Amino acid sequence: MTISRRSLLKAGLAGLAASTVAGCNNGAASRGDGEVIYWLWDSAQLPMYTECANLFHEQNPQYSVKIEQYGWNDYWSKLVTGFISDTAPDVFTGHSSKYPLFADKGLVLPIDDYVAKDNVDLSIYQKGLADRWIGADGKRYGLPKDWDTEVYFYNSALTDAAGISAEQLNSMTWNPQDGGTFEKIVQRLTVDSKGRRGDQPGFDKDNVKVYGLGYADAGGGDGQTSWSWYAATNGWKYSEGEPWGTKFFYGDPKFTETIGWWRSLITKGYMPTYAQAKSGVDVTTSFGAGKYGMTPNGSWMLGTYAGLKQVKTKLARLPIGPIGKRMSMMNGLADTIWAGTTRREASWAWVKFLGSQTAQDIVAKAGVVFPAVAASMPAAKAAFAKSGWDVTPFLEPVEAGDVFPYPANPNAADVTAVMTPAMDAVMSFEAEPSSLIKANNDVNKILSASD
Amino acid sequence: MTATIKAPPNRRRTHGDPKAPPKARSRGDLKVAMIFLAPATLGFVVFYIWPTLRGAYLSFTEYSLLASPNFNGLANYERMVQDSFFWNALVVTVEYVVINIGVQTVLAVGIAMLMYRLTQSITVRAVVLLPYLVANVVVALVWYWMLDFQVGIVNQFLTWVGIDPVAFFGESAYAIPTIAGINVWRHMGYTALLVFAGLQTIPKYVYEAAEVDGSTEWKTFWRITLPLLRPVLVMVLVVTMIGSFQIFDTVAVTTQGGPINASRVIYYYIYERAFTRFDFGYASAMALVLFAILALVSLLQLRLLRAKESDLA
Repeated sequence: MTISRRSLLKAGLAGLAASTVAGCNNGAASRGDGEVIYWLWDSAQLPMYTECANLFHEQNPQYSVKIEQYGWNDYWSKLVTGFISDTAPDVFTGHSSKYPLFADKGLVLPIDDYVAKDNVDLSIYQKGLADRWIGADGKRYGLPKDWDTEVYFYNSALTDAAGISAEQLNSMTWNPQDGGTFEKIVQRLTVDSKGRRGDQPGFDKDNVKVYGLGYADAGGGDGQTSWSWYAATNGWKYSEGEPWGTKFFYGDPKFTETIGWWRSLITKGYMPTYAQAKSGVDVTTSFGAGKYGMTPNGSWMLGTYAGLKQVKTKLARLPIGPIGKRMSMMNGLADTIWAGTTRREASWAWVKFLGSQTAQDIVAKAGVVFPAVAASMPAAKAAFAKSGWDVTPFLEPVEAGDVFPYPANPNAADVTAVMTPAMDAVMSFEAEPSSLIKANNDVNKILSASD
Repeated sequence: MTATIKAPPNRRRTHGDPKAPPKARSRGDLKVAMIFLAPATLGFVVFYIWPTLRGAYLSFTEYSLLASPNFNGLANYERMVQDSFFWNALVVTVEYVVINIGVQTVLAVGIAMLMYRLTQSITVRAVVLLPYLVANVVVALVWYWMLDFQVGIVNQFLTWVGIDPVAFFGESAYAIPTIAGINVWRHMGYTALLVFAGLQTIPKYVYEAAEVDGSTEWKTFWRITLPLLRPVLVMVLVVTMIGSFQIFDTVAVTTQGGPINASRVIYYYIYERAFTRFDFGYASAMALVLFAILALVSLLQLRLLRAKESDLA
């Protein structure tokens, strides 16, 4: 921590030297008119997109694409500094939680005119996906490239040992009163240090060796991989006028009873305490070490779970809730154009190409994410099957239309800043679920103040 | 500092002769001096003065980074008084500094004394410095893994000796002490070397005199070593404390402010406000307040501990 002024100054001077060298990074003048700079954050997808860029250049010799990849955390701060200093990439991968703010500030380019001019067929995408990129102002800000939903990843050695069949796992029911058959399974999967299961006499909930259910965090304002499907199948929704909510419902009894039930699993010993869960490196590492029977997670984590060599992982459907069906959040990414780009035509050509079946077939074949183009899906399914995954549980809610969107709004960061500590406090038993009523008021105050 | 490390401990200092007239310098040196000063001055102006002034200006504006700043007077400062997160961040930071500096200084003086009395070996000095040479983020990540509740080696060891595993980063009460401990581990060697250099400036004859008078080791330490070490210790305290207030990286790679708000230190809160919530004006205002606090704390330390005077004179 002790940084002397001198070393700071040295670092500063070195930085100055480095930045003059790299200063021409996205200098519009220094590169050809047809060269588009494209950013993405997922290193696993870099090879596919390089392939796409090559094909794009072959088909459109007047254009070329330079791809740059930055990790998720650097990506967004680099993008923002790029917007300010006029060095942002021409085209970049956007996320539904991030683009509303950029759209609100006029930093991303509406593509309605281009879509109309080129007669882009928006019906080739999975149902509802393209509309996710229509902002609160009614303008379209991107063409979808992929999508994700949630399921349970379970450790099949542990479920076998517990005598729970794949059929049972795939036909679970849930309700906020007694947790349904889902809770029974979680209970059975939990094993204490003396080898007694959660449903056996003498189970010691204070000395648990394997927890039935793992969780990464308290879910903040979206609960994407923690509680979103319980709340949704309990008949709850995030806000009025979804997906552009202006009034949130975190204080609704349907929500608070869901969270109350969820945290009761901690009291019963089927789920680790919040302190223990947060003290881990991450939930997949603990799952990989055989500490959890199952963990809910999103489809983008398939590659990570496949890398856990000590456990055999399989997928199970989400449970059927009180409203009589399964629901999953469906979120996705899209390619967006920076409003300040000097290469609009070239950028649009690249976005259009990435949104086409030709490009999405290349992405699908790699088996890393689910392509947004419905017709490319079989290729992706086959690629996942090759690496041992039956991804049906991810697809079913999409095909049935039982999905709900990520709660997007231009003040997402402020909502998160209120909801994350509020949910953390509830899950660590420092506050009651009813305290969420106050948090909800704070959220709504932020949203009304910014109008 | 480096010069004094190399100086043999028994070299006589030229004290008691402060009034000797300085040699007259010719004015001809000025140009050369300017040339040598220019690069540093440029860096100082570009990287310190300008950002400081700009930050001070932004603290009176509403600035979302993505649109130009709007002057809003003292509104940011009024908000700060009302903002419970800000006050919580200050309390958390002070807790960190007290644990970090307290433990670190005591350990550093201990290590320095051991080095001074037992060995002058360069190898030992190098080893003591080793943790400091590892990047902060790497240190934080390695400890994060080792302190993992379920798969970390520390908790496996605790279980093995019969202690229940501890959720070091997950329990509100442990988060800050854990983070402070990690940084003590990284910095105590470096601080010890600074103290060690200070010890070498204490002339041997005072120890000889103490020995002749029959002073015990303990008494010598409290009556001679510590008082004579004071100027160096003050410098070390001021520098490490300023650094300590600026704790950020360890929090950013481990708890990210959590659990709940238990480790949301002031730097992390400023960063969050500025770069994830795009509330740059408010963040600048908090940074300016932190600047004032640090200046005040440093000034107090220098005054109270009489940094300018040495008991040797």
